[in-house]
Amino acid sequence: MALPKYTEPHYRIWHYFYLFVCGCVFFFLIAPLFVIFPLSFNAEEFLVFTDGMKRLDPDAFSLRWYNDMIYGTKNPWGLAARNSFIIAIFATLGSIILGTLAALGLSSRHMPYKGLIMAILISPMIVPLIISGVAIFFFMAKVGLAATHLGIILAHIILGTPFVVITVTATLSGFDHSITRAASSLGSSPYNTFMKITLPLILPGVISGGLFAFVTSFDEVVVVLFLAGLDNTTIPIQMWTGLREQLSPTILAVATCLIVLSVLILLTAELLRRRSERLRGINR
Amino acid sequence: MSSETGKILTTDGIPLEESLKQSEKKNKIKAFLLVAPLLLFLIITYMIPIGDMFSRSIDDKMVTNMLPKTYKAMENWDGKELPPEEVFEAFYLDYKILVKNKTAGKLQTQLNYEKNGFKSVLKKLARKQKKFEEGNYKEQIMKVHKRWRNVEYWRAIKRRAPSYTYSKYLKGIDMYSNEDGKIVQVSEDRRIHRILWIRTVEVAFFVTLFCFLMAYPIAHLLATLPMKYSNLLMICVLLPFWTSLLVRTASWMILLQQQGIVNDFFVWIGLVADDNRPEMMYNKTGTYVAMTQILLPFMVLPLYSVMKTISPSLMRAGKSLGATPATAFFKVYFPLTIPGIGAGCLLVFILAIGYYITPALVGGASGTLISNQIAYHMKSTLDWSFASAMGLMLLTGVLVIYWIYNKLVGVDNIKLG
Repeated sequence: MALPKYTEPHYRIWHYFYLFVCGCVFFFLIAPLFVIFPLSFNAEEFLVFTDGMKRLDPDAFSLRWYNDMIYGTKNPWGLAARNSFIIAIFATLGSIILGTLAALGLSSRHMPYKGLIMAILISPMIVPLIISGVAIFFFMAKVGLAATHLGIILAHIILGTPFVVITVTATLSGFDHSITRAASSLGSSPYNTFMKITLPLILPGVISGGLFAFVTSFDEVVVVLFLAGLDNTTIPIQMWTGLREQLSPTILAVATCLIVLSVLILLTAELLRRRSERLRGINR
Repeated sequence: MSSETGKILTTDGIPLEESLKQSEKKNKIKAFLLVAPLLLFLIITYMIPIGDMFSRSIDDKMVTNMLPKTYKAMENWDGKELPPEEVFEAFYLDYKILVKNKTAGKLQTQLNYEKNGFKSVLKKLARKQKKFEEGNYKEQIMKVHKRWRNVEYWRAIKRRAPSYTYSKYLKGIDMYSNEDGKIVQVSEDRRIHRILWIRTVEVAFFVTLFCFLMAYPIAHLLATLPMKYSNLLMICVLLPFWTSLLVRTASWMILLQQQGIVNDFFVWIGLVADDNRPEMMYNKTGTYVAMTQILLPFMVLPLYSVMKTISPSLMRAGKSLGATPATAFFKVYFPLTIPGIGAGCLLVFILAIGYYITPALVGGASGTLISNQIAYHMKSTLDWSFASAMGLMLLTGVLVIYWIYNKLVGVDNIKLG
């Protein structure tokens, strides 16, 4: 944003001040994440930059915390990671199926009571998590699903579906329904039409909703804190316990892995967003 | 007859109007069937349990069910003087069963809430009642402990007669109904919940304000920069957005600790002495800083998506008509961004008011919020009905905010990127 030559000095100063403020805010947003990286390679047990690290002395860096994360004695991370992935994958699948079906129904112009139903469907997103946690815990305890994988998966489906419903209805808002009618008139069965026509077109929305659901489940800790037993600890639960009891560098090694994972998810989400925008652009 | 001829028939011989209605109905059912699985799932696993929280929060059947005969006998007692013999007899019979089933302890605790000192009186009765003789229970019970002659204790029992109570809600705002049934405040040093409510609203308000002040300029920058720069800067917003909440909280715990980098920096620029490093974590400062950074993307994204749609020529038109940049901004640009501001503020405020993880980790004692109290009663004291009551009070607050917002801005104006 270069300023035109005729800009008056005090606007010039104001403009640079504005850029400076923006810079500070961006720094505030992103810098905390980068503290974790170097400290996870610390050779010492302290969570501060040692003098050796400041001098970039190679001996001050090590992979011992990564080693501890994977091979450490009594290490909880392997089990936690497995649980986290199992729960997140099934919760995502459940959210995608239920959410996409509901979004298809909701975007039909024949749908009665649209406003009320939409409000119910996205309510888990509006209600504070702690309340959802209490309510879901009461339900799971009553039906005997507390401290089981299934219970946690169902809980995460509840929390994840609103994202799928929202992204898929958004994609469907730009959807040309005459295409499906054309397919039907050419003799395609409704199932075939859905699989061959509708699904490929709304797929970016479905996947980006699924990504939201996955991240929600993978990062969810409040509800799991109520539901999880010893066998169902997840990565967030382990991190929560670790952060509460003792901040060890192993947690930072895990955190670094999670940041790498979120970079991957971010890239996928961005690619999908662009693809979906391109597709919608063609439709217009 | 004219109506008969006016009807258009389909090839099946059914009037067209009817046929259309039928197909409309079919479509309605089809659409509804698609939504039905999720709707049913959410109603069963989510909506009904929230309703269940309500019945739990007002449920007070425990004492009622433990003393069925007593409450039946008490129906005709006006509570002014000592109850008649039949109440004493009914109470003796009820209590005998409780002692036999070893559930008398629960009654003792519950009645002790109602009247201090009840526990010891009841415990003594539990020991002595074995030697009771038949008949004249009033005399026998009053002989066990002189407090049975005090009508206050019988009133305390009577107060627990209804199966429903709103006492948990009163407790949530530091009030209770006293012996005369009047609603009064608890003593000054025990008013913990009101402080928490005020603090929660205060933190949510200021976090929303800070987020707004920080998000507005960067959302504007992102919306006005050429695409290739703004995409790069957008990563700074999106990466924290996608990163685990616990990872971000952990990084703040490292930054804000006493030997942490922020304190190092303050010492280095000479703001504080090395031996006098301020405590920035485990208090309200920590909660504010960490929550603002964590919730900032939720403010930036709606603002950005609204600002992106505002044509830059509007500002130019304003300026060319003689407005100073400041006037053009406040009269033209700012009003157009209000839907984004509304959406962002609503989102951040609602998220902040129910925040649990970050305050619990970096908040310490002075930075915890109402959610922490709910979790504490769920996990530690196991007073689930109180936790439910507090949760529903919080939920009501959130719904009221949502409703006000809907009146002011309209929920349909929310844009989520």
